[in-house]
Order: sequence, then C-alpha cells, then structure tokens
Amino acid sequence: MIEILIFVLGIAVLLYVLLGGADFGAGIIELFSGKKGIDIISKAIAPVWEANHIWLILAIVILFNGFPFVFTTITTYLHIPLFIVLLGIVFRGAAFTFRYYDTIKDNTQKYYTQSFRISSLITPFFLGVTLGAIILGKIPANFDGTFYDIFISPWFNFFTFTTGIFLTLLCGWLAAVYLIGEAHDEESYLTFAKISRTFYILLILSGLGVFVVAEMYELHLFSRFIHSWIGVVSIVVATLTIPFLWRNIKRGNSVQTRLLAGIQTACIIIGWFAVQFPVMIFIADGSHLTVWNSKAPDRTIDLLVYALIVGILLILPAFAYLFKVFKFEVNGNNKNSQSL
Amino acid sequence: MDDFLAARLQMAVSFVFHIVFACIGMTMPWLMFVAELKWIKTGQKVYLNLAKAWARGVAIFFAVGAVSGTVLSFELGMLWPKFMEHAGAIIGMPFSWEGTAFFMEAIALGIFLYGRNRVNKRIHLASGLMVGIAGVLSGIFVIAANSWMNSPAGFDWVNGQAINIDPVKAMFNKAWFHQALHMTIAAFASTSFAVAGVHAYMLLHHKGNDFHRQALRIALGIGTVAAILQPLSGDFSAKRVAELQPVKLAAMESLFKTAQPASLVIGGIPNVKEEKVEYALHIPKLLSFLAHGDFNAEVEGLDKTSKENWPPVAIVHYAFQLMVFMGILMMGAGILFLIFKFWWKENLDKRWWLKTMVLLTPTGFIAVEAGWIVTEVGRQPWIIYGIMKTSDAVTPMPGIQFSFYTITFIYILLTFLVFWLMRRQILAIHMDHQIFNTLD
Repeated sequence: MIEILIFVLGIAVLLYVLLGGADFGAGIIELFSGKKGIDIISKAIAPVWEANHIWLILAIVILFNGFPFVFTTITTYLHIPLFIVLLGIVFRGAAFTFRYYDTIKDNTQKYYTQSFRISSLITPFFLGVTLGAIILGKIPANFDGTFYDIFISPWFNFFTFTTGIFLTLLCGWLAAVYLIGEAHDEESYLTFAKISRTFYILLILSGLGVFVVAEMYELHLFSRFIHSWIGVVSIVVATLTIPFLWRNIKRGNSVQTRLLAGIQTACIIIGWFAVQFPVMIFIADGSHLTVWNSKAPDRTIDLLVYALIVGILLILPAFAYLFKVFKFEVNGNNKNSQSL
Repeated sequence: MDDFLAARLQMAVSFVFHIVFACIGMTMPWLMFVAELKWIKTGQKVYLNLAKAWARGVAIFFAVGAVSGTVLSFELGMLWPKFMEHAGAIIGMPFSWEGTAFFMEAIALGIFLYGRNRVNKRIHLASGLMVGIAGVLSGIFVIAANSWMNSPAGFDWVNGQAINIDPVKAMFNKAWFHQALHMTIAAFASTSFAVAGVHAYMLLHHKGNDFHRQALRIALGIGTVAAILQPLSGDFSAKRVAELQPVKLAAMESLFKTAQPASLVIGGIPNVKEEKVEYALHIPKLLSFLAHGDFNAEVEGLDKTSKENWPPVAIVHYAFQLMVFMGILMMGAGILFLIFKFWWKENLDKRWWLKTMVLLTPTGFIAVEAGWIVTEVGRQPWIIYGIMKTSDAVTPMPGIQFSFYTITFIYILLTFLVFWLMRRQILAIHMDHQIFNTLD
C-alpha cells in the first residue's frame, strides 16, 4: 500500500512540476515575450490553471494524512520559505484572475501584470529552496540553538539557492516549450522558440550547478545517483534526449518537444525520488525521516490509497476531457506554426 | 504581541477571508445553473446573459477561494504543527475527498466557462450542475475535519499519543451532520442574499431593468428557501451542541450556573468576573426547551467546567446573538417575499422593498462569520475538544506577528480588490453589452 502512496505522491509532484510549473513559467516568460505574449499566455492558461494547482494540494494532503510528521517537520523548520511561497501563490492567482476577468481593460492591467510576473518568479524559486532544504539535510533535530540555526540556516545557503534557481528555470523552460505549440503566428513562435532554447541552456548549466554545489556541502548527490540504477537510467535518458529535444525546438515540432520535455522532467523527479527513497527528510544529526518511520498507521494509509484510487478514477477522465476540449482544438488551429 | 495570540489571529483572519469565498463557491454555481436552465427552457436571452455574468463571478470567487484554501492547508501545519502531527493521520481522509470534489469542481467550471461553443448543450449544462454539486460536497467534506475537532472520534488517546486510529469513525463524528447541514444552508442564504442585494441596488438605479429583475428573483427565491430552513437546522444544531459540548452552549447563552429549568438569555452584557449577565432579556424555561426539547430539563452551565477551560464567554455570547439576529432578519425577509410573491405581487417592484434588500446584503455573511466565531472560539481553549489545548499545538517559531500582519494586510487588500472588480463588472453590464460575448 505504502508503495502505491509514494507512487501517487510522485505522480502528483511530477504533474505539479509539469503543469503548475508551466503555469509559473508562463509568468516568467512574460518578462521576455512582450505584449503579444500576454494574450497567448492568458488564453493558454486561463482554462486550466486552477486545475493544475490542485496537484500541489494533492501532494500536501498525501503528506499530512499519510506522513503527518514529515509534513509538520517541513512546515515548522521551513516556515519562512513556505510562507513566501504562499504569498506568491496568493498574489499570482489573484493577479492572473483579476487581469483576465476584469471587464474593463485599462491601465490597472499593468499592476496585475506586474504582480503576476514577480510572484511567478518568486514562488518557484522558494519552492525550489524548500525542496533543496529537504534534500540538503540541515534541518535540526530539535529546538536547541538560535533562531538563525533553527529557522534560517536549513534553507538559507548556496545549495538551496541553486535548487531554487534550477526549479525556476525549469518552470520557465517548460512554459516556453508549451507555448511554442500555442503560438498562432511565426513571430511569436520564433520568440518562444528562442526563449526556450535560452532557458534550456541555462537549465542544463544550473542542473550541473546543483551537483557541483552539492559537493561543496558534502552532499554527494552525484555518487548517490550512480549508486541507484534508476538514478543512472534517469540521468542517461535525460542526457541522451538533449540533442533530440534541441533539434525539435529548432524544427518546431511542438508535440515531440512537449513529449521530450515531459520525459526529461519525469527523469528529474523519478531520479530524485529513487535516490532519496526511502528517506523523506534528511536531518542534521544524521538521522532520517523515512517512509517507514514516519508513516501513519496502516488503516489510515489503506483508506487514503482507496480514496486516491477512487479520486483518480473520477478525475483523470474529466481532466483528459478538459484537455481534449481545449488543448487539441487550439493545436488544430495552429498548423502553420507546426509546419515551420 | 505574543506568538500564540498572533497565530490564533492569523488563523482567524485566514478563515474569515476564506469562508466568504467558500460560501460563494458553494452557492453561486447553483444560481448560475438555474439561470442556464431557464435560458434553455425559455430561450430568453436575459437568462443567458445572467448565466454568463454569474459564471464570471463564480470564476473570480472560485480562483480567490482556491488560493486562500491552499494557504489554509499550509497554515494548519505552519501554525499548528503539534495538532497536525496527531490529527493528520486521523482526519486527513476527508481532505482527500475534498480534494477530489474540488478537482471536479475546477474541471467542470473550466468546461462551463469556456466550453459553451465547444461541447454540446447537454454536457455544458451538466458541467454547470457538476460545479454546484462538487462545490457543496467539498464544503461538506471540509466540515468533517472541523466537526471532528468539536467532537473527536475514531482514536484512543493514551499518554499523549493517538492509537487505534479509525479514520472512518473520525470522519463520521457526531458533530458532522448538524455542522455540515447548518453550514451548507448558511452558504446558500448568505450568498443568495448578497447577490439579491447587489441586483436590488442596480434596480434602484436602472428602474425596471429585466436583467436585474430576473437576477433578483432567482437569488431571492433560493435565499428564501435557505433562510426559512436555517432556523430549523439551527435548532437541531443547538440540541446537538447541548449534548456534545455543553460548555459551548453555556457560553453562547452566558449560562453561568446550571439551571433547571433554564431561561433563554437574549442580548445583555456577560460579566465573567461576577458570573452574571447584565441588562439581558430572560425568557423563562425556553432554553431548556430549545436545548433538550423539554421545558423543565436541566441545562448545564459554565459552573460544571473549571474556569481555566472556559471559552471566552463574552465573544461567544455576542457572536451567537448576532448570528441569531441576522438569521431572524433574513427569515423575516424570506417570509415577506413569499407573501408578496403569491398574494401581493406589486410590492416586489416597490422602492422600499428594493431598499430593504440592499440593506440586507451583508446580513448573511455577518451571520456566517458570527456563527464561525461561535463554533471556533466556543471550542477554546481546546483545539481538539477535551484532548489537546490550542496553546499546546502552536508552532515553536517566534515572530508569528509578522506573518499575521502580512496576511492581514494582503487579505484586506484582496477584499478591496475583489469588491472593486465586482463593482466594475456590474457597472460594465450597463456600459457595454458586448462583454457577454467575450467568453465564447
């Protein structure tokens, strides 16, 4: 049962990074794509953004129901970055909604756009910082020490900043890749293609950066990866697909590009989960919160898994239908960009 | 400000803000659905416009409710980690059901809002209905977690640990049914009266406008049913609270001494030090009847509980009086509406009636907030009634006041923005009818 739960948690994280991430990224991309980008971006994410962010809620529910102590450890010691994430989520959602649904498009749009972009940039960064802190293992085992030791140093360091940058770039890149297929004319197509290439290069560099900085903190991420066969497979697949992806962006194959980008992101998440399993949080004194020592009683886990299965059986067809109705039609209107 | 108080206030502000959006998210889809249904049945364009305009409202409130709800799910852990550490495994399950319902609501709303010309009519209408059903369900599931805090079940508490956890028993706790019922009806009453008030206001300025007349009629119809049912569900709730949390009922009524029979206290100023209520109206034996269905029954007073375990009596008492008063106002308006509708139609277009409706705009939401204060403050000092004190659950992190100020500032700002946005939305209806086509 617990394996199913971890699997669903992984799916939720993956889908949140892919879909929610592309959402955040859309706000980041706006910074580079000019006025025209706004229309395409608004149209592309308006019907789906709320649904996308429910993957985060799913992950949170799995954590606090299935692994309550993991959840409260994160929310206690990483209170500050999470609080910034929350502010970001509120501002972003509100600003996007207000901008999109305001019937009168006057210069208030400017303020909404500004808050939408800034919060789109800040939120994934601090989400990345939070995830980095979970991997890094500087979360103290108890409340001995100063405020800085307990509530700041676990997340305020170069490693977490690097993971923050990595996640931010990942979001921006995913959005750019996604938006290539949404572009209706050659000019915006070229803009998004260019942005996605730039972000791709930066993303790969920052990904290498994560491994390098990890060594500085004596967190031997790379050797952990190569000691797990799933870790090795995910690194190899992600690396080997780089040239294909690059070529597809150039050729404007939006479907293949999206698919490859999805595969690469999945490699990152699967690799991370595999390398970390069964540890959920590394603690500063060398102990671990693992799947086994922090899970809720079996009956809770069983019921949660049943609830998730029923939920997924209801949601997936509906979600697929939502995408079928909106996304395929948009792509259908869009042949000129695909033939470029 | 000390951290414990700041944490409580931050949680309170977050709920006060979220509950409005949650209520609207539960109810407004039904208004929208009724308008859509009428459009399909009658073919009158005014209903189509109404369905579209309300759907936009739903989208705005739904989005803000979604983000403020996300904030709450994090705040549970960020402010009350000791609570979540124990409660998570017991009461997490309704949240996963709530998540499913919310997901369905988001998807259905997406289809309803953007799919008018892309999916066939029947699916479009069904998606509108789905938004309403899923919205109500997600509210009911969330209430399960709160009612569990009032009436904990499904575990044994041994040496500060929960053992023998049974999430099903926890979810079907004794307080769930009456709380879910009372809250759902409250959502319908509050939202409908608020919507009716807005359209009544517009009617005062645009006399005879058919759009607002139909809107007022639909909203008031739903609001009336809810406002008349609500006192019944309130009576049922009071009886359940008398049984499950006698100290909460005693605080609501400022009943300091156990009495047989007990009189109903209306208004007044509770004096906690001297343990009496000043300037109140007492109706003999009525509280015994309302709490236990028997005019001579004993009603447990605050004296049965040691003073350190009393909730803040005055706040609970005032909030309760306020809620009941607002409820009576809405019920009165509902009864008048029925009388006018069936026997005295011309009054419905009179200015004094419209003005009354405008005055009643906030009543439902005032009642919702007051009722929420009764149930939450009335449970203090417990976070899990009789099991865990709120002060034992709070985060060890210092400086919570800063996050409290930040959250308060942002929510006040968002409240203003949403109001301002809705105002523009409504005004735009008269400036330019084109907006109805922009969502197609």
